[in-house]
Amino acid sequence: MAGVGLASAAWPFIDQMNPSSAALALASIEVDISSIQPGQQVVYKWRGHPLFVRRRTPKEIAESKAVDVNSLPDPLAENANLPAGAPATDANRATKPEWLVLIGVCTHLGCTPTVSTPQMPEGDYGGWLCHCHGSQYDTAGRIRKGPAPRNLDVPPYTFTSATKIKVG
Amino acid sequence: MSGPSTYNPKSGFEKWIDTRLPLPRLLHDTVHTFPTPRNLNIWYTFGGILTFCLGVQIVTGIVLAMHYVANAGLAFDSVEAIMRDVNYGWLIRYIHSNGASMFFLAVYIHMFRGLYYGSYKAPRELIWIIGVLIYLLMMATAFFGYVLPWGQMSFWGATVITNLFSAIPVVGGHIATWLWGDFAVGDATLNRFFSLHYLLPFIIAGVVGLHIWALHVPGNNNPLGIDVKSPQDTVPFHPYYTVKDAFYLVLFVILFAVFVFYAPNFFGNPDNYQPANPLVTPPDIVPEWYLLPFYAMLRSIPSKLMGVIVMAGAIVTLVFIPWLDTSRVRSCRFRPLMKQFFWGLLVCCILLGYCGSQSVDAAAFGIIPLVWVARLATIYYFAFFYLIMPIVGLIETPRKLPASIAQSVLGDTAAASSSLPAE
Amino acid sequence: MRLNKTALGLALGLMASTALVSAASAQETTNTTRLHPKDVAFSFEGPFGTYDRGALQRGFQVYKEVCAACHSAQHLAFHNLMEAGGPEFSEAQARALAASVKVPAGPDDKGNTTDEKGNPLMRPATLADHFPSPFPNEEAARANNGGALPPDLSMIVKAREGGAEYVYSILTGFHMTPPKGFKVIDGKYYNPYFEGWNISMPPPLANNSVTYSDGTKATIDQEAHDVVTFLAWASEPKMEERKRVGMGVLVFLIALAGMLFAAYRRVWKDQH
Repeated sequence: MAGVGLASAAWPFIDQMNPSSAALALASIEVDISSIQPGQQVVYKWRGHPLFVRRRTPKEIAESKAVDVNSLPDPLAENANLPAGAPATDANRATKPEWLVLIGVCTHLGCTPTVSTPQMPEGDYGGWLCHCHGSQYDTAGRIRKGPAPRNLDVPPYTFTSATKIKVG
Repeated sequence: MSGPSTYNPKSGFEKWIDTRLPLPRLLHDTVHTFPTPRNLNIWYTFGGILTFCLGVQIVTGIVLAMHYVANAGLAFDSVEAIMRDVNYGWLIRYIHSNGASMFFLAVYIHMFRGLYYGSYKAPRELIWIIGVLIYLLMMATAFFGYVLPWGQMSFWGATVITNLFSAIPVVGGHIATWLWGDFAVGDATLNRFFSLHYLLPFIIAGVVGLHIWALHVPGNNNPLGIDVKSPQDTVPFHPYYTVKDAFYLVLFVILFAVFVFYAPNFFGNPDNYQPANPLVTPPDIVPEWYLLPFYAMLRSIPSKLMGVIVMAGAIVTLVFIPWLDTSRVRSCRFRPLMKQFFWGLLVCCILLGYCGSQSVDAAAFGIIPLVWVARLATIYYFAFFYLIMPIVGLIETPRKLPASIAQSVLGDTAAASSSLPAE
Repeated sequence: MRLNKTALGLALGLMASTALVSAASAQETTNTTRLHPKDVAFSFEGPFGTYDRGALQRGFQVYKEVCAACHSAQHLAFHNLMEAGGPEFSEAQARALAASVKVPAGPDDKGNTTDEKGNPLMRPATLADHFPSPFPNEEAARANNGGALPPDLSMIVKAREGGAEYVYSILTGFHMTPPKGFKVIDGKYYNPYFEGWNISMPPPLANNSVTYSDGTKATIDQEAHDVVTFLAWASEPKMEERKRVGMGVLVFLIALAGMLFAAYRRVWKDQH
């Protein structure tokens, strides 16, 4: 009886530390992708993290599809929209191949990787280079080289129209 | 040594208070007449220095809290307003920030003193364990405090360290969210860190009270590591140690003042003068110097979870020291073999601190990766406590102990004639 | 005897770690490609250093006429310009400097914050106002500067490794020839004192960018020296007071230490 009373009394004090309703309201954002050009990345803020939305060129898509998934340091899709064990094929990383939606947080120690463009290449795989400790990601955001253990995470998202993505 | 009280209230007023709240009696017994070994050296003054540091941090901290605003959009500017507009705000802020460094400098000296002279050995095990608890509380307080200015290093240091909790399997992510109050370090995190940063120093003060109370049961250890055998071995705390502690305290404060007035940002990181930006990561994220050795241990282990376990283990190990050391002799003055390993531990901690301050891929002389230096130093650290302490205690031949403290101090005229008292 | 062995052990240990430390830092340049900042003498260096008033006033002129077009200095307020330890303009001069700058005005009596054309209402600044930013927000700043954000300069000297010497080296580090094979990115400029050697800021200073009212010859070095002195003050306006109070505190503490040492020897005299 006393235990139940104590636990019930304690719970509000513990739960108050969990995200408030104000924080939860920001948990979802809708982004307009209509003005993003092929080869361009736009960075948004989602749940306090950078969100990368990249419109891939056909060359970047082809490069990504040509990679043998079994040769990857992390062969899992790391896609919140798919079941846990899904492999890191290009289709499992970008449901619409032209659009890559990633959480821009390096899976090593949390730095923000720099995007690679033809004018300013970063890393050897055409994707991203994390300047903190040298992790390199490819054009599907998969880790290829360096200390990061996992591919860049794909957040839960859906296309609410041809030009709008809802994330979270 | 705790014994019957020697307080004798003379005036009517003293007697009136004594029968109602025996605080003067307590002070008299613990600070005035307390029998203290006569051979305590400079390394024994740091307990008093630490109490001074705690007082300084609390006073300057409360004053800063009159002007600081714990809101992610206003915190950085409120600190700058303290530095520029608040009368003597610059002074109070610099005392507080440098005071934290001085506090840790003193605590490390205090801890190494305890290791060298065997102050953790029976019957003082609990004093040592309470001390480890104080150390843990200090580290938590300092970590929360560093986040408050909401600079780049504040934010990213908080991000890296709180992210460690997500390494815990299954519940890690939920614990991290619960700690943050959001999906990443943000305003909710800042506010609660301020609340805890204000709370913990008072908890520390209470635990320090327990620490001193536990100390006053057996009384102080001393550099010879031998027990007090007669009143000739001790002197009353006042005036002998009040004046000695005061003198060394002033020397410590002189060092403190040199930093505050002439190198106030020596211990700091320039990146923390940039406002926090969740979208831009600084190239090198480093904690304050006093946390660097543990940071080095954390980064030297390839696996995130194992790194956390090793780092936590390094601190938890300290609790077991009274039982890991098998020697019957307390002080390293009489333990020629252990003494060498002690210096090795000191060097290893300094090396770890250095490794923690550098980039993960830095290399000594261009060829020895520092991550390997950190790994070797981490191995030595654990080997010191789990292998060297138990084994050396059993195989070592200690030097002959003097018959008593009094005999060692008063009989040794060569040491007495040096400018400082017996070491 | 005991003291010597302890001291020897400690010294050896410290020497070993110091050797490793200095060797490692000498080799540590693998991470920073930028050149080490130039070794420049400033009047405010050292425990007795102060800010040169002339340099502060000239430096403020350089900030106002050159840097303020892109760089904010939002922690500085106009009243700081007349306070002790800084440029020490007279109150009248500081008021005039403030009044020459426009800041957003509050709502008028009808509650409007914009005029008929839709432009924000502005008013002359007063001593209480902080230096206004050249851009209303980060996005506007980036749009006007090729995507790069000109950092706020209030704390720049404290916010960069290398401090005043670093900022001086950047300002005087343009006009150098890039090494063979180094590609200067389009739209950026070569500056070997900046990490990566590609800096987004165009060379801000030229000979006679400003005309100093005290007649000093305005070479790039002079302008850089003056504006860096001003920016050092902007980062640490209380520096002179700090060093002055520090001297008093240290003298007092040393005297106190002396007295306590005498007391200590007296108390312990018969215990040896």
